[in-house]
Amino acid sequence: MLLKLEPRGETSRAMIYLTPLLAILLTLIMGAILFALLGHNPLEAMYAFFISPISNSYGLGELAVKATPLILCAIGLALGFRANVWNIGAEGQLTLGAICGGGLALWFYDSESVFLLPAMALAGALGGLAWAAIPAFLKLRFNANEILTSLMLTYVATLLLSLLVHGPYRDPDGFNFPESRLFADSALLPVMVEGTRLHLGAAVAVFVVLVAWLVVSRSFIGFQIKVIGLTPAAAGYAGFRHHSLVWLTLLTGGALAGLAGLFEVAGPIGQITPVISPGYGFTAIIVAFVGRLHPIGILGAGLLIALSYLGGETVQIEMGLPQAVTGVFQGMLLFFLLACDVLIRYRVRWSIGASQEARGTAS
Amino acid sequence: MMGMIDTLAAILVTVVTAATPLVFAATGELVNEKAGVLNLGVEGMMLVGAVSGFAAAIATGNPVIAIFVAMLAGALMAFLFGVLTLSLMANQVATGLALTMFGVGLSALIGQDYVGTPIKGLAKLSIPVLTDLPLIGPVIFGQDFLVYLSLVLVAAVAWFLKSTRAGLILRATGESHDAAHALGYSVIGIRYLAVMFGGAMSGLAGAYLSLAYTPMWAENMSAGRGWIALALVVFATWKPGRVLVGAYLFGGVTILQLHAQGAGFAVPSQALSMLPYLATIVVLVAISRDSTRIRLNAPACIGKVFHPET
Repeated sequence: MLLKLEPRGETSRAMIYLTPLLAILLTLIMGAILFALLGHNPLEAMYAFFISPISNSYGLGELAVKATPLILCAIGLALGFRANVWNIGAEGQLTLGAICGGGLALWFYDSESVFLLPAMALAGALGGLAWAAIPAFLKLRFNANEILTSLMLTYVATLLLSLLVHGPYRDPDGFNFPESRLFADSALLPVMVEGTRLHLGAAVAVFVVLVAWLVVSRSFIGFQIKVIGLTPAAAGYAGFRHHSLVWLTLLTGGALAGLAGLFEVAGPIGQITPVISPGYGFTAIIVAFVGRLHPIGILGAGLLIALSYLGGETVQIEMGLPQAVTGVFQGMLLFFLLACDVLIRYRVRWSIGASQEARGTAS
Repeated sequence: MMGMIDTLAAILVTVVTAATPLVFAATGELVNEKAGVLNLGVEGMMLVGAVSGFAAAIATGNPVIAIFVAMLAGALMAFLFGVLTLSLMANQVATGLALTMFGVGLSALIGQDYVGTPIKGLAKLSIPVLTDLPLIGPVIFGQDFLVYLSLVLVAAVAWFLKSTRAGLILRATGESHDAAHALGYSVIGIRYLAVMFGGAMSGLAGAYLSLAYTPMWAENMSAGRGWIALALVVFATWKPGRVLVGAYLFGGVTILQLHAQGAGFAVPSQALSMLPYLATIVVLVAISRDSTRIRLNAPACIGKVFHPET
């Protein structure tokens, strides 16, 4: 065999930062090939996908609007992933956030109180938190795999939303369309930049990123999460309470996803519809990984992946390509990242002779 | 009386067709988990199998070719998973999730031109006299050939794992990859084969959806069945026979809620549609609460990265 992987003595710091860039580069190359296969000029398509959506201030605002739910969900998921807690039901928690927080807006439809919006945000966060509490409880009490339970609950949440907008949430004057009334102004997030849809939620997302950064890098809780993820046994000897950390990471993730869902209905959508997210909760998993499970990384990754949503819309409108291209791009990006990550702990060698030597020094 | 029997027969037939894709996908996943690999990409492989089988059926008009194409597509997706997790030692959970997301996108991209295209479903078996028997006729002698194949598959996999040398080696790989490696077996090679078998079965499960269960293509048509199949493997405590029981149980829940919707119960249809997902959670909890039993039955090396030199 000519190509051989050898363990590095220690993980490569440089590669931790380089592999996401390498993965992006490979995704771009594959993307160009994909566009060519679909019969389009790759350069033109790449321009339409990545550059033209953000070539004006409205586009930049949209980028932040799309990045907001991704970043909020991913910050919460990353906390869990660090501790080996695999919550993949952020989409369901997001939906519950929209149901609870948005429900409040419909309940107090005539209210003009300044407290309505904060109350909605709280209800949204609590809704997501409650939904995430189910897999946490089932994992700790009954040992049930949180991957499967949180995912099943996502399907349940989507059906619950459909049930509500076809029933109690439906607009009484809406000709039986499965949609709620448009929220009153007091229930809508204020727009921060005139001429865009950039809403207050984006600022909250940035704030959450900073808080999460402090928590993971400076706090004892952040340290415990890290240790439990890397070496569960050591965490046990050190007396870290595994149960509390599972609760903490899942509930935080749920609350942030719930908040993201509320921001969607109180922000860009402005009402409750049967579909409130194009899979932000799932895509946030990619964001978390591409961002290296680090809050600042997630901020960047969130913006990048948000661009893939805008790009998908642009190529659909301008070139008639299906929006599914977005999903393919996102999947490819995560694949390439996972593939490139091998370089963090291993180096590639080309000949057999050299590998014998290196094995001696490595062990 | 005859009318009731006919209705019952019709319900049982649909239970079997609802269960069959789960049998394929869960049995395939069981084999690769037995070899120590957890592939969460079942949903994605199923969708790619469904769309490529459908496309092949339209292009050739031959269901057998269509099924082979679907299996090949599933196996290719699984190969991709293998390259990442086995050769490049990526995290299996993350890679499986990526495979599902990639599969959802890719299948939608391939399938965009097929949405709404009608197709003739798989032919059902018809034996004079036997198929005309009341109740057991349509249920036992009136299914499509994939249903019978799924039963053969379960029996074959059970026999393979329990009674063959190759099956023993595969299980050894899943229980202790270091020991299997020390004995001179190619852990990576065995795992590649097992993973690709799992992928082929997921592809077949997908093809069953788009060619037999509901003969059409729709985006995301697997609707979580890949994930339910993953739960079934745990439910079955990694025993093929129990996969069959579990799959038919789920088929039953799915069909019952469909019939309840049709019968116009005062419960909203969405609430009934939640049942299969809720049932999955309940079953998972019921099985997993006995953690000793899970520990005893789960392959010891499941999800662990193997590198021969570390």
